[in-house]
Amino acid sequence: MIDDASPLIAALALIVRLDPAFLGIVGLSLRVTLTAVCLAALIGLPLGALLAVSRFRGRLAMIVAINALMGLPPVVVGLVFFLLLSRSGPLGGFGLLFTPSAMIIAQASLVLPIVIALTRQTIEDLWAGYREYLQSIGMGPKEAIGTLLWDARFSLATALLAGFGRATAEVGAVLIVGGNIAGVTRMMTTAIALETSKGDLALALGLGIILVGITLLVNALAFGMSRIGVRHAG
Amino acid sequence: MLRWFGVLIGAFCLLTGQPTQAQERFITVASTTSTQDSGLFDHLLPLFTQKTGIQVRVVAQGTGQALDTARRGDADVVFVHAKAQEQKFVEDGFGLKRFAVMYNDFVLIGPASDPAKINGVKDIATALQTIAEKGAPFVSRGDRSGTHAAELALWKAVGIDPAKSQGNTQNWYREIGQGMGAALNTAMAMEAYVLSDRATWLSFKNKGTLQISVEGDARLFNQYGVMLVNPAKHPHVKAKDGQAFVDWLVSAEGQAAIGQYKIDGKQLFFANADQQGA
Repeated sequence: MIDDASPLIAALALIVRLDPAFLGIVGLSLRVTLTAVCLAALIGLPLGALLAVSRFRGRLAMIVAINALMGLPPVVVGLVFFLLLSRSGPLGGFGLLFTPSAMIIAQASLVLPIVIALTRQTIEDLWAGYREYLQSIGMGPKEAIGTLLWDARFSLATALLAGFGRATAEVGAVLIVGGNIAGVTRMMTTAIALETSKGDLALALGLGIILVGITLLVNALAFGMSRIGVRHAG
Repeated sequence: MLRWFGVLIGAFCLLTGQPTQAQERFITVASTTSTQDSGLFDHLLPLFTQKTGIQVRVVAQGTGQALDTARRGDADVVFVHAKAQEQKFVEDGFGLKRFAVMYNDFVLIGPASDPAKINGVKDIATALQTIAEKGAPFVSRGDRSGTHAAELALWKAVGIDPAKSQGNTQNWYREIGQGMGAALNTAMAMEAYVLSDRATWLSFKNKGTLQISVEGDARLFNQYGVMLVNPAKHPHVKAKDGQAFVDWLVSAEGQAAIGQYKIDGKQLFFANADQQGA
């Protein structure tokens, strides 16, 4: 059993000692999740905006489908990419299974629907208000996408943070495609799962406290930046 | 402004996307949770890497899953503990020659309250029969691991089909489908019996009221084997470096290193590569 203070002590000890293995785990977590969110943003922001301003058959069905994909179970995504990236799978030739790249791909797929769905909603609301003005200065929907994305940037930051939250909290997909290899694909969440299974609950909870702290830090940074941005923009 | 924003995102992506390490010489080993969770690999692998410059990436899974991983070609070497499954793996052409490496033993773990009253029983068959008769809670790995296979073989030997208990009112047999550590955590919380390999048990940190109920029966023997994945099946297998790892494990040096690994002064694995038929 664990007493109340031991997880905190374990967390503090990890931070104070600056153990290279631990720093590697934190670094990999940040690298994988931030890269995944970046990829999802590069694809998802324009796609979401495009979906907001265009009108085509099957658009509503597509919106419902993408909204539903926000609830995609990570373990299923992990399994699908495991089968695709495995040496016996269609993409096996790249040798990506059990590498950080595989984890980035899996996480980006989890984050992408969130970015598209939230962008679509934000831009659609904005488009409703701007449409007449933008059309009066000769901008069609497609040309307006850049302007709309830029004007909605602070709301869209929240969409990206939601995606980041999904990625940092996730363990099912990265465990399957990464394999939790020490020093190569071991992240915060998979390390927590491993320490739990080794019965070192204090260390596991200590890692959990640090993970929550890092998430808090990233969110505070993003919030601070958007506050500064709003002040300058206003 | 928009352009700058894009440049910023792009630069950031490039930065975070950079691999932190240069490409190293490495092999991937599919192995079991017991060898990893017990800390054996943390002890062995640095010695091997220092000698050869080959990094070893271990994916720790149950034996059945590890063999599947190797069958798909996603590992270069398999290091597991279920001799019958290993021999089938080699016979089916997925692995080259199997080498015996080391052994330890299984122990039957139970709560201090000992609801089935089997503490001190020397015969594992009697102990399991008593557990089934009294309907005392028993946690099974249920994950096709080496330990799960050993447990099922023991039940079969005493003529009991524990799966039949599931769904009836007693429901004493609980398959959790997880690794050794998770099974021990569950047994701790449920005050249940569980079969564990000794290495994981000794290194397990959340023992609570759990203790060893039965040990020392010859049927609790647990042999580990290692083999290279057949490069003829999967051409990308790193045959030279993988075989170097296999050879090192069964060499005098590797065998000595296995014997030197101890937790609290207790030796966890016993090297026996020289033993015929192991």
